[in-house]
Amino acid sequence: MWSFSELTEWIDATLRSLMGDGWALFVEFVLIGVAVLVAYAVLALILIWVERKVCGFFQCRLGPNRVGKWGIFQSVADMIKILLKELIRINRSDKVLFRMASFFVIIGSICTFAAIPFAKGLQAIDFNVGVFYVLAVSSLGVVGILLAGWSSNSKYSMIGAMRSGAQLISYEISSGLSLMAIVVLSGSMQLSEIVAQQADTWFIFKGHIPAFIAFVIYLIAGHAETNRGPFDMPEAESELTSGYHTEYSGIQFGFFYLAEYLNMFIIAAVATTMFLGGWQPLHIAGWDGFNAVMDYIPSFVWFFGKTFFCVFLALWVRWTFPRLRIDQLLNLEWKVLMPICLVNLILMAIVVIL
Amino acid sequence: MKFFRYIKNIFLGIWHLLQGMYITMLNFVRPKLTEQYPENRGKHVYFERFRALLTMPHDENNHHKCTACGICMNGCPNGTITVISKMENDPVTGKPKRVLDKYLYDLGGCTFCELCVRNCPFNAIVFTNQFEHSVFTKERLVKQLNRPGSSLAPKPVQKPEVKVSNGNVEGPALHKGQPVPPEKTQTI
Repeated sequence: MWSFSELTEWIDATLRSLMGDGWALFVEFVLIGVAVLVAYAVLALILIWVERKVCGFFQCRLGPNRVGKWGIFQSVADMIKILLKELIRINRSDKVLFRMASFFVIIGSICTFAAIPFAKGLQAIDFNVGVFYVLAVSSLGVVGILLAGWSSNSKYSMIGAMRSGAQLISYEISSGLSLMAIVVLSGSMQLSEIVAQQADTWFIFKGHIPAFIAFVIYLIAGHAETNRGPFDMPEAESELTSGYHTEYSGIQFGFFYLAEYLNMFIIAAVATTMFLGGWQPLHIAGWDGFNAVMDYIPSFVWFFGKTFFCVFLALWVRWTFPRLRIDQLLNLEWKVLMPICLVNLILMAIVVIL
Repeated sequence: MKFFRYIKNIFLGIWHLLQGMYITMLNFVRPKLTEQYPENRGKHVYFERFRALLTMPHDENNHHKCTACGICMNGCPNGTITVISKMENDPVTGKPKRVLDKYLYDLGGCTFCELCVRNCPFNAIVFTNQFEHSVFTKERLVKQLNRPGSSLAPKPVQKPEVKVSNGNVEGPALHKGQPVPPEKTQTI
């Protein structure tokens, strides 16, 4: 299977032959930053289009179909529109925090995005505590959401932000604990190491029942963390207009919007990496011919295929289940998901020992 | 016992959620109902009773059936219809007779209630499915329904079935579409 490390090593060698080591490193940092930002923006555009199309199909309509064939340029048109909009100054709001909040949200999202192994040899940040890093950085978004609600001097935003603080911090626990189950199974927190261990069998098959339970709980907690699906309490269009970003306009609203869609992608990508084998192809022990055929499919196709399957699952759930009230939401987390997660962790430890 | 009920409820809940997801998936794969309007122009079939534009059908000799009686004008709740008549000498009998000069229909005021069509004793006007009405000025919404140079269709040899009884005009058109009064039933 072709590895992207050949390309990156070639770029590294070329840069080092042209300039000093320090400058080469600097240029590489800039290149990686640009690449991550571009991938972030392009993926957001694709995701917005996919979401609108899939939502339309679930409601028995066609979705956007005017801009380009099947409306594929709809999200590009929306992007141009949102870039041209005015940034409205909110009267008696906390100006500094108000401007800062949207950056908190999007920086947390981008930092998590950079840690995902997209394909073989294509990973920007690979710590030995990768899982820990992902969990830590992705919860930076809560700070941004709380600041947005607090600083915009609006009741709706305030209630939305308080709800979201309660919801996101609670669901961090079960998403963290379900990832811990996989860390127990693999014995490593490094994302590249976790993916490498799944070359023969994906963890969702290798881990038997506890891995499957952890996968389901991670998806539930992930939906709750992205403020989507049946857990859209912080936004709550029907009762809070749109929650914490009610007062935002123009590109600042765009930042929240982008972060929301990319968080959906990131949750799906982390679920893919931890449970569904990341970019590893599907291998079944004993079927050598089948395994060889699967190896011909490029690694990024595997990764994006699995990730978009998880994204589709998120959309499917969103248009199926009724919304929960905020107290039911917290009951679900603290009385159902967290006990199951803790029991599941013990179960996983038993599976590993046996 | 309580513990088993807790576990059972979790699985029952998951089962019901999966049933919901099955139904939404059926929706997802179902053919879509959306009509894409400018593309389906001329292909889409509208239902028969769709009322979009009042017209006065003319036959091949440029004859219409309107006698300028004015029932439609008087029956219209919004004053949408204006029937302008003129007196002309009948070529057969030589007597002066009222004929239609202009039949003006203001589309902007019409609520498509169809009272005019139902009350017309001669079936001179009908509603058609042509619904593309948009124009740039309000004045252009006023349409003249009779074509220039058109005239009343000559009477057929038989007399039309218009009887006058108790001052009410009873024609075949009057009862069109009206429900038959139910027969009296005995109630205990």
